[in-house]
Amino acid sequence: MGEPVARREDPRLLSGQGRFLDDLGHGALAVAFVRSPHAHAKVVDIDVTGALDVDGLVAIYTYDDLAGPLAEPLPQLIPHPTLTHSRTPYALARDEVNHVGEAVVMVVAADRYLAEDACDRIRVDYDVLPPVVGIEAARAASRLVHDDVPGNIAATMVQENGDAAAAIGVAPHVLELDFAVERSASTPLEGRGVYARWDAADASLRVYSSTQASTSVRAALAAKLGLPPNRVEVVAPDVGGGFGVKIVHPWPEEVLVSWAAITLDREVKWVEDRREHFIASAHERGQAHRVRVGFDDDGRLHGLEVTFWHDNGAYTPYGIVVPIVTATQLLGPYKPGGYRVEFQSLYTNTVQVTPYRGAGRPQGCFVMERVMDAIAAELGLDRADVRERNFIRPDEMPYDHGLIFQDGRPLIYDSGDYPAGLQKLKKLVGWDEFESYRAQARAEGRRVGIGIACYVEGTGVGPYEGGWVKVETDGSVLVATGLTTQGQGHQTAFAQVAADILGVPLERVTVITGDTRRFGYAVGTFASRAMVMSGNAIAAAARTVREKALRIAGESLEADPRDLEIVGGVVQVRGVPTASIPLSTVAVLSNPLRYAFDAESARATQFAMPADPDKPPVADGDSPGLEATGFYSPPRATFANGMHAAVVETDPETAEIRILRYCVVHDCGTLVNPRIVEGQVHGGVAQGVGGALYERMAYDSDGQLLNASFMDFLMPYSTEVPTIETDHLETPSPLNPLGIKGAGEAGVIPGMAVLASAISDAEGFTVTRMPISPSELFHLRRSHEEGTSR
Amino acid sequence: MTEGHQVALTVNGVPRAAHVPARRLLSDFLRHDLGLTGTHVGCEHGVCGACTVLVDGRPVRSCLLFAVSVDGASVTTVEGCCEPDGSLGPVQQAFWDCHGLQCGFCTPGFVTTITAYLEENPEPTEDEAREAIAGNLCRCTGYQNIVASVLRAADLRRGVGA
Amino acid sequence: MKPSPFVYHRPTTLDQALEILAEVGADGKVLAGGQSLIPLMSMRLAAPAHLVDINHVDGLDRVETERDGVRVGATARHAAVERNPAAFAAVPLLRQALVHVAHPTIRNRGTTVGSLAHADPSGEMTAVLALLGGTVTLAGRGSERTVGAADFFQGPLESAVRPDEVAVEAFFPAPDGRTGSAWAEVSRRHGDYAVCGVGALVTLDDDLRVTASVVGLISVGPTPVVVDVSDALAGQPHDTADVVAAGALVRAAVDPEPDIHATAEYRRHLAGALTERALRDAARAAGASVDGGDA
Repeated sequence: MGEPVARREDPRLLSGQGRFLDDLGHGALAVAFVRSPHAHAKVVDIDVTGALDVDGLVAIYTYDDLAGPLAEPLPQLIPHPTLTHSRTPYALARDEVNHVGEAVVMVVAADRYLAEDACDRIRVDYDVLPPVVGIEAARAASRLVHDDVPGNIAATMVQENGDAAAAIGVAPHVLELDFAVERSASTPLEGRGVYARWDAADASLRVYSSTQASTSVRAALAAKLGLPPNRVEVVAPDVGGGFGVKIVHPWPEEVLVSWAAITLDREVKWVEDRREHFIASAHERGQAHRVRVGFDDDGRLHGLEVTFWHDNGAYTPYGIVVPIVTATQLLGPYKPGGYRVEFQSLYTNTVQVTPYRGAGRPQGCFVMERVMDAIAAELGLDRADVRERNFIRPDEMPYDHGLIFQDGRPLIYDSGDYPAGLQKLKKLVGWDEFESYRAQARAEGRRVGIGIACYVEGTGVGPYEGGWVKVETDGSVLVATGLTTQGQGHQTAFAQVAADILGVPLERVTVITGDTRRFGYAVGTFASRAMVMSGNAIAAAARTVREKALRIAGESLEADPRDLEIVGGVVQVRGVPTASIPLSTVAVLSNPLRYAFDAESARATQFAMPADPDKPPVADGDSPGLEATGFYSPPRATFANGMHAAVVETDPETAEIRILRYCVVHDCGTLVNPRIVEGQVHGGVAQGVGGALYERMAYDSDGQLLNASFMDFLMPYSTEVPTIETDHLETPSPLNPLGIKGAGEAGVIPGMAVLASAISDAEGFTVTRMPISPSELFHLRRSHEEGTSR
Repeated sequence: MTEGHQVALTVNGVPRAAHVPARRLLSDFLRHDLGLTGTHVGCEHGVCGACTVLVDGRPVRSCLLFAVSVDGASVTTVEGCCEPDGSLGPVQQAFWDCHGLQCGFCTPGFVTTITAYLEENPEPTEDEAREAIAGNLCRCTGYQNIVASVLRAADLRRGVGA
Repeated sequence: MKPSPFVYHRPTTLDQALEILAEVGADGKVLAGGQSLIPLMSMRLAAPAHLVDINHVDGLDRVETERDGVRVGATARHAAVERNPAAFAAVPLLRQALVHVAHPTIRNRGTTVGSLAHADPSGEMTAVLALLGGTVTLAGRGSERTVGAADFFQGPLESAVRPDEVAVEAFFPAPDGRTGSAWAEVSRRHGDYAVCGVGALVTLDDDLRVTASVVGLISVGPTPVVVDVSDALAGQPHDTADVVAAGALVRAAVDPEPDIHATAEYRRHLAGALTERALRDAARAAGASVDGGDA
């Protein structure tokens, strides 16, 4: 642990031996969908006759073919008392469609080409209804997305601590500010996919899905298909990125493809194409905020009132986690004085909104950090100083904000040293020397600016994860955990944890994730929780295995277990390496079998103690084998933090924006594999840059997604992402034995905030909505020159 | 309907053939008709680069080619970037050394692109390395370590720092 | 996203290709590079019943530099034109613009003549052809005609090529005298379609004063826009010529459309700003050249 070990999974992936969803199931039937071309419409008639003579057609299904639980809406995964008007889709549209892309008809054919041919020939008659698009239209509610949801309001929620209104009322300074963030999306390079195999003789189903939550998919499929859970297995194969979108479950496609496999008694596979991913998966980020803040002459917050509107798209299968995260994580590393936050989660006739890396934090961070800059501007103070004055101090930890977090538990920061982080960041970017750099640039006719943004991230939310560790009789170690992997290097990092505790060489440890056959209890990979949760669970299991190994070895060696150590997979008496027994042998001894099958067993007999005839071979409360299961279930999240700084240059003529430097200081506690953590930060930063300068889902007023392709939805290439300079702090988490905090989302959270800060600094006026393009910056410049404010 | 066409290619040095409809994209031909699933499909409109293979030594988007159109050509996929004994080639080794991949889905397109690039430009500067990979999307790595991988691959090819 | 079925034809001579096209008419499409056509087919925005693959027709892939310009055959890849040293020497603007066309991998397969026939208002080579006053030769069964750039580009994605014709060659004339060229472009990401792109030619006399200047723009109209800005610059020294006035002329001459990436007003602004930049660079190139047209 702690070493930047090269990843075990890489050679396979690098030589083209990955097993991603579409690499499996070569003989399977293929699925395509007829999807709604309208944002809001009644489905009047479906005429499939034109498709019936397509070569290779196997089956066509509509809602009328679904019965029982399949015909009910998909589940509400995270109910909440304030989510009074939850709405989820049907697996296939019943009588209405609520966004472009909603699935209406499922076609099964010999291959995808033929399935699409059949889809082309299916005629669906729609009664087109005027759609609701955008937050303003949703709020105005002159039209409704769902007839029975007044005001298009899915949820209204208020949280407060202290009396913000009163504090603002008597504050020396008050500002009222509006902000907005536009919608983006996870867009992993691999889309979704489902491959289902039904064994009729056994009445069992195995489903491979490109998912972040295989155990949850299993539970959902069992319920929807009326199968006992132990007859359903779900496996996440190699997954080409998730970033949140693959946490939603069950997708309509997961349910339908599995059901088709059973109904047809054939292997069936669906592989999403890029257009489908844009119009049928999930988006996130769209919010509008109104802030009132009261502060004093030093820039200290006295009271903060935030009201915001969250666009949740057409459905709310993932509840209101995203706006709850925004509402609570908006506070960042600061003491707000009195705080009141109110949000409305609103329906629109667009793709549903579920978490995308950051899960509401980027929006909250953007708002808070713009407020900090606004305070600094109002008072003529240094922006870093204003932030510093509002920081929660290390000696004030643990700090209770008096609010409820997304996990339903109190928002209490456990640890963190924000002032130290700020010092590191200022040094890294040269904060105090920037004015002379700016002067020099100005002399060259160049326009530059520097920005800063801080965030806090609640990581490792529960309720739990589990780990299983087993030492095999050949000395190899198997580790399994139920959560999943989409590139985070779990096969390596979890192996490091186990290898460290067991004292075995890393190469002997194999890790399996995301396979319900290997570990049945799990929650999933999201919310920067995998290492915190599964890392600690695996550690717990490994510790149990270690204790047992030392006990058994102690009996064999006639030594006190406390005098034993494990080095390179061999248990030995400390200081007496000749008194030793390999772990492989201990594994054999742990299982008092009648029959010996292999050389290991033969070797083990020399270490076997004569059995006590009065005691059972397997003692009460003990079990055979050198294996153990452990769970980790924390009372609440553990809080990581970080701060970013960026230097940008804006072109005075073309308004193009270039990032000259991007600096990161982050703190995620103890690092298991520093290289993997840094890689996670890099990826997050690139998504932050994307969300700040390039990525925006462009819906027109008809609810058509105008940029449903990589041509026009602009994800950054290497030329758009700057060199990222990182430094880090480690304030270990006091909440778990490994001292770990999550790092998966860290890189993306302050992206919009830091770049808005830098661009504002370069231009001399404030940027209040993101993303910003050169065209938009050009117009902002114009409006400021003309004296009109936005 | 459409007739099938016999398509014969040399893939990774081995003659391969299959009978496919004209509309079969080269990406699907490689993956499904020939079983070489190392080449990945991320967008099918030529932007992401995950499907990039070498046709007669030059990088092209296999999702923007019909298999029939390149009948007779010599194709190299990521599988063919390994050494003859199956071990990792210099570009692949460099990615491993530099943590240049996370989920691995975009990686094959980078490997083929960089393999061809280094043939022509064996000693790129860091800026050139960044430019060389500017036509391939990655959502996981933020490109930092991929740029490093290009430079490391250049070193490995020259026998430096192996 | 898979294409609809089609009948595939693979002629090995031009005559064969033209014979097939004559038969299938509007049901047919020529396949050269395919980098624009195939995505459209995969998205089923185009579904030609017949595809005539000309990649295996002999003799269509030539890049020939002659005294008065560069001749590019139908199946010559962008990359081949870009890398051709003689072509670069004769018409530097070709490479100056080509490096902005998508990414190298696309340029390995996409063809220059194909991109002209595709007539995308954001296609760099359309403005290059228009600016240079080039031509496209169209062959039909038993006929051949040469069309000038001004008549060739007829609308967005509409060129003069008839369904039964193949664009077999484009000719890019080398500019006369002491002429420098440059290309300036703003795109959202590296390699993306231009939000606005400007090619510029500046011709100088022996005293290095401007005698003529013309710019060609993409992404500001349904077809490439060519603006003669000679009047704004004539007679002025090349290093102090009033490019700002030229920019103003250009802004007045274009009528761009907005899209999700940029407003019309911003595009118009860029047309002026990029014209200034391209003219300055072209003038500098002309001034640095020893005897005519070299950068």
